[in-house]
Order: sequence, then C-alpha cells, then structure tokens
Amino acid sequence: MNDWLYSDVVKDHFMHPKNVLEDTEESWPCDGRGIVGNIRCGDQMLILLRITDGKISDVRWKTYGCASAIASTSILSEAIKGMTIEDAYVLKPEDIVSKLGGLPANKIHCSVLGDKALRAAIDDYLAKNNLPSLAGKEHAEVICTCLNVTDRDIENAYKAGDRTWEDLQARTKIGTVCGGCKEQALELLHQLEHLYGE
Amino acid sequence: MNKRIYLDYNATTPLDPAVRDIFIQALDLYANASSMHEDGRIVARKIHAAREELSGLIHAEPSEIIFTSGGSESNNMVFSTMLSDALVKTNSLRERFADRKLILVSSIEHPCVMESAKKLEKEGFNVQFLPVDGDGIVDMHRYRELLSGASGSDPMQKPLFVSIMMANNEIGTVQNIATLCGYAHEAGALFHTDAVQAVGKIPVDVRSLGVDYLTVSGHKLYAPKGVGALYVRKGAPIESFIRGGHQENGLRAGTYNAPAIIAFGEACRIAREYGDAYAVHTRSLRNRLRDGLISRIPNIRVNGHPDFVLPNTLDVSFPGAEGEAILLMLDLLGVAVSTGSACASGSLEPSHVLIATGVGPELAHGSIRFSLGKWTTAEEIDYVLDEFPAVIKKLRGFSTVSS
Repeated sequence: MNDWLYSDVVKDHFMHPKNVLEDTEESWPCDGRGIVGNIRCGDQMLILLRITDGKISDVRWKTYGCASAIASTSILSEAIKGMTIEDAYVLKPEDIVSKLGGLPANKIHCSVLGDKALRAAIDDYLAKNNLPSLAGKEHAEVICTCLNVTDRDIENAYKAGDRTWEDLQARTKIGTVCGGCKEQALELLHQLEHLYGE
Repeated sequence: MNKRIYLDYNATTPLDPAVRDIFIQALDLYANASSMHEDGRIVARKIHAAREELSGLIHAEPSEIIFTSGGSESNNMVFSTMLSDALVKTNSLRERFADRKLILVSSIEHPCVMESAKKLEKEGFNVQFLPVDGDGIVDMHRYRELLSGASGSDPMQKPLFVSIMMANNEIGTVQNIATLCGYAHEAGALFHTDAVQAVGKIPVDVRSLGVDYLTVSGHKLYAPKGVGALYVRKGAPIESFIRGGHQENGLRAGTYNAPAIIAFGEACRIAREYGDAYAVHTRSLRNRLRDGLISRIPNIRVNGHPDFVLPNTLDVSFPGAEGEAILLMLDLLGVAVSTGSACASGSLEPSHVLIATGVGPELAHGSIRFSLGKWTTAEEIDYVLDEFPAVIKKLRGFSTVSS
C-alpha cells in the first residue's frame, strides 16, 4: 500500500513490534519499572528494564495506544539496549521521532510518553538500589526565552497543581515579558493533562 | 483477499453505477439551468425531475425542497435562520417566535449542528444539549421538562427551535422523531431533523414525522459528493444562507450544480425502487457480523440501541485495544472502517457521541464502526470475521490493560 499514514519504519514496528512483554510482569523479573499515561486519555506505556553494570541489558514493554504509540515504544526499546542509564535518561522525544522517520505533528505526544516511561523505569531502578537520582539531568527545552522557563519547569508546575496559564505565570513568571510563548506553553499543558490527567 | 473491503458507508458511499452513468451524461449539460433559452430549459427540466424524485422519496412537495451543497450547508441554513428576520417578518410570525430564546439540540449531533448551536449561544440564545441514555436515545423526560418553559414568561426558557438527528452516524441509533416533533410543536417550537444517515436506509416520510425542516445528503445514498437538500415545510420560516441569486426562490444563490443534482435525483429514484431490500440485505449481514464478533472475540460491547438502530450500522468497543491501532491493522488487511478514538480525530478527545452515552473514555477510544452498504457481501463479512479476532488478540496482547 502506498502513501500510508506513517513512515515505513512506523508501519514495520507497528506490525512487528520488538521486545513486547509477552506474558505477565511476574514472568519477567526486572530491575526498574516505569508506567506513564492513562487509559482515559487513550495512551499508556509500561517499560521494564534489566540493568547490568550501569547499562540497559534488556527491556520489555506494553502499550495501550495508537499505531505510533506502539511503534515508538518498540523502536525506543531497540535503541536503548546496551545504552548507559545516563545516556538513556537524556533521550529526547525528537530522538525517537527521528528514528521513526518522522510522525505527524499531532502524534508527537505519543512518543513523548516513551521517554517519560523510560525515565520512570530508571528512577525506579535508582531508588530501589539507593543510587543517586538523575532527576534534573534530562533534556529540557526552553519555552519562554525571555525568562528561561523550560518544558521541565512547566511539567513540575503541572505536577504541583497548575492547570491554567495564570497558574503557570504565578509560579514561573512564564510569558510575563513578551508573552510570545503562551500558545506553546498551553499546548504543553494540554499534553501534560493527557499524560497525567486525573 | 486482494480486493479492498469497504465497510465505511456511513462516512460516504461509492456512486451507484446507474447514478454514475447519469452523472457523466449530465456533465455535458453545460447550459445554465436559469437561462431562458432552450439549452437552459432542458437542464431546468432535469433539475425539476430530480426535485420530484427526492420529494417522492421523502413524501414532500417538490416546492418544499431546496438543493444545497450537502448536509452541512443544509444544517447551517436552518440554524442561521433562527438568527434572521425570517422569524419576525410578519406580525403572526413575530407573535409566535419573537420572545423565544431557548434552543434544544441533542448531545450526539454531527459537528456541523453542534458548532451551529454554539454560534447561536454566542448570539444570546439559551442552548441546551439534550442528554441521551446508554443506547443513545434522547432523554424524553428531560426533553419535556425543558419544553415546559413554553408556558412561562421567561424568553430564555421558552423554546424556539429543536434539532435532533433522525439516525446517528456513529452508533446508528434511530430516534422517535414523530413523537419528539409532536412535543416540540405542542410547545410552539420549530423542529429540525438531520436525516442524512436515515434517508435511503430507513423509511423517511416528512408528513408522518411532521417536521419543519429535514436535512438530506447525496453522498450518503450513492450520489456524488457536493450535493444535498433541505426540506422546508410549506410555511416554515427560512432565510437564505448563500445570498445573491434567484435560484431556489431566492433562498439558495449559486448556479445550479446540475450534474450533481440530476445524479442525486437518480439516486433517490433508485433508493425508492430499492425500498425495503436495502434494509433486509444490510441487516442480515450486519447481524451476521455482530453475532460472529460476539462469538469469536471475548469481552466486547456493542454500542447503540439493539432495536432502534440503522440496519447497516454496527459500532463495537474492544476494551484493551485502541481504535486507531485496530483501524490501521484492518486497513493493512484491506478492510476500511472508522473509529471513535481520539487518536484518529487529531484531537485528544474521543467520540462525543460515545461519551454522551456514558460508556466511558476507554470504550470510546477502543470503538470501531462498521457500516455496510448495498454491495457488501457475505464473503466480505466472513473474511472480516476470520481475520479480525487475531487483530484484537494481538493488540490486547501488548496492551497495558488486561481484558
């Protein structure tokens, strides 16, 4: 079939996903477990990691979601095998998107879930083993260039309870100089709602 | 199977071959149907014949039909009339309608009705969206309660206009329009029904329904895209939506889209000729598909009303599997369907229709609509029944949701 909705790489990973957890979680003992998203919003990802000498030695995953969510988790699972947890921790959504040969703009949030699930699994591993946290090391994108407010600042603000532009401004001062970042910040807030929505 | 299997007839239908022949012939009828010369009059006569075919199909008078570009335009035209002088241009109309500001719309309408209703809300009307039950039937108790404002003196509680679709595009639920319309009229309100999914599939008789306005679309009944109609009961107020021409008694400007209208007429003639055969054919295949899916796939939910439902429509939710992923796997197997999942809509919100029935977001995200048509065969249904269970099993297999 020509002119499919997604790239050939997405199609291939969608139809033949790699490293899927075939059985129950108990059947595959792991060192770190991360789960993000919720069914209500239509996407959820679970990532299980085995870690040897600070490197990801094996991975299994499950996803409830659309074709690009399935494909992006599959390709992520291939990409991180053999990677140090420090390198894996700083993987950006764009890294996954480019490996997939691009995604339609409205599908980017699906692959955003993959890197978050991965970080959640690494966090879990570090916490279980009393190792120093990597929190803060992940890639951050500056959204408000006037006041240097990043997507991570917005995510933290969301987790602290902010839901509106006014909430965000009160906490982070975002957009209080030129205000040019409002649309992007609200889009991000919408995605976070999708990711963490009650 | 190499051939594509098209099970998305509610989205749009292919051209009936007979309609296609008429359409292609009509493409050479280049004269303007409004011209006085012989060439124009020939086209005008064919348009008149099409008007008679459509009015025959829905039991209207030819003079009660306005040809439009399709369902969305027809729906917009009715709603914009509520903002116009058409409602107050005579003393008797003014007496009936001037102090009424309540608009009732079902919560499962097509977006063109939803958006038109929201526009009226911005213009100062009190727009209320009527709840539906789990099968998609409008809550009659709530409806009558809202209509009862007619006896009071508060304009915001006095009903002006009701719009409830005859059959839902997604779940296929068919409303009792005659009863709903009767109550609206008792309360002094005007009544519109969007019947684009009903006409050609189930009997539609504007006289027995009693409606003031009814919307029809060509491409849902094997006619080309870009043509439809609005039935306006004789005497019901109506205002032009596209202005600047004398076509359709000055109510719809623009040179007649003669080939499409003529083809639409042929499609109406065939629909009438087909009669019950359409419902009998699609219902038996739809039931075969429904019963087959229920027996072969565990834990599924059939959406829509079990009895008051279009004969060709089957909407099913598959917990644990997401709709867009199901749709694309079926697509790769050569089967075309649609889904109520947010992922397929480009927004983050799943189908407002399923949400309104209260099934919950997960079942809405995991819904698939099969809509059958005149040329659907038992072999096609059996192919789907053979291939589909593995798709659901596979997607559930790597889902985080156990089912």
